Amino acid sequence: MVDDRPAAHSEGDVLLLVGTMKGAFLFWSDGERREWRMEGPHFRGETVYSLAYDGRGGRRRMLAGTQSFHWGSVVRASDDFGATWSSPERQNVRFPEDSGLAVANIWQLRPGRESEPDTVYCGVEPAALFESRDAGESWSPVDGLLNHEHRAKWQPGGGGLCLHTIVVDPSDAKRMGVAISTGGFYRTDDGGASWQARNRGVRAQFLPDPNPEFGQCVHKVVNHPSRPERLFLQNHWGLYRSDDWGDSWTDIAHGVPSDFGFAMEIHPHDPDTAYIVPLESDQFRIVPEARLRVYRTRDAGASWHALENGLPQEGAYEVVLRDSLASDGGDPAGIYFGTRGGKLFGSADAGDSWREIAGALPPIVCVKAAVIGAGARNS
Amino acid sequence: MAITIALPGALQPYAGGSLEVTLEGGCATVGDALGALAGRHGGVVDRVIDERGELRRHVNVFVDGDNVRWLDGLRTAVGDDSTIVIVPAVSGG
Repeated sequence: MVDDRPAAHSEGDVLLLVGTMKGAFLFWSDGERREWRMEGPHFRGETVYSLAYDGRGGRRRMLAGTQSFHWGSVVRASDDFGATWSSPERQNVRFPEDSGLAVANIWQLRPGRESEPDTVYCGVEPAALFESRDAGESWSPVDGLLNHEHRAKWQPGGGGLCLHTIVVDPSDAKRMGVAISTGGFYRTDDGGASWQARNRGVRAQFLPDPNPEFGQCVHKVVNHPSRPERLFLQNHWGLYRSDDWGDSWTDIAHGVPSDFGFAMEIHPHDPDTAYIVPLESDQFRIVPEARLRVYRTRDAGASWHALENGLPQEGAYEVVLRDSLASDGGDPAGIYFGTRGGKLFGSADAGDSWREIAGALPPIVCVKAAVIGAGARNS
Repeated sequence: MAITIALPGALQPYAGGSLEVTLEGGCATVGDALGALAGRHGGVVDRVIDERGELRRHVNVFVDGDNVRWLDGLRTAVGDDSTIVIVPAVSGG
């Protein structure tokens, strides 16, 4: 199924960017998305928690947050689909020296609004947001969050104290949100100058007070550009929706085998459709009954239904991490996910049926998808 | 008299292709030497110490054969003709 011959890339081709514990892999297909060509690994031996494709303004840029076990983390860019990557001489994502902080890992790369084609956001561990105004070459910390009064009380989760999720409002250049494990969901309405915790209704059942202002272990948040105020949230126990940009949250765990999980994705064309991969518990982080199932809602969380056609339903001791579920923007939507066991699956029909794309990659920590020529895709 | 800093191959691209850099005196400690090195090859030093000025966890620095972690860290004294060796630690997964 996988062909590793060098590929010519043209408009309408579909690109999967797959970050693993041992480097990044690229998978290419045409619009049919049945046959895939694998390229890589890029950044051999380095951990790649963050990847993005930025097609805004005619650009065709891939970004990668790479972490060397020895030498630290940098953001690299490729404008030729991985034939060459930048290798910044200086560590381009750095905390100010007087902050007392040092970047441990780059968790998220997120192209900004279409109206700001040179703006890219980056979330790191320890939890902080960086912004680039030159399409990912240079980076500055967003001081309003860096100096937030809650910072001293944020606690690291199992993956460290990470800012792993960035959601923007395409209709309001001043509004965006971030999620921190464990800090919760924070929103700015003034372009990053100030940030407010927006966690009302989201449980933190690992704390004496399960309803704190902040401190929740939010695992992922997604929204849709056509309805940015509607947010879906996969929590460390809990599945929620907000229709008011996080001012309030409603439990939507209706019909799922577990409301614990990491991964979450929005359908590229329908703000009522979202995807998750529930896990059995926070002690045994494996898909329930060892059956690999994606769950989909088409009614904004009123109901969820298992998608299992083509996925292993026996002996599948798998976990899908928070950034390893993606959609490609095609029509019908392509949905993809990677497991910590190194398996990559894809659906060309919005999740109705699935095929294994690769079965023996290193542990997968990040999957992103894009249709070339279709603008920014940063699922 | 000069201090010699030996680099691992992984850092060679950030030192203009060199595996060895020579510093002409004026350094009392390893930190001083790395500071002088930063003026010439900042990309090397970024990968050896972090923004807090601390030695990265999986990088070892030896002065005349001794690991500075067991001496005085970046405050370890160097002589005018010391050899500083930077190596990645035996670690990984």
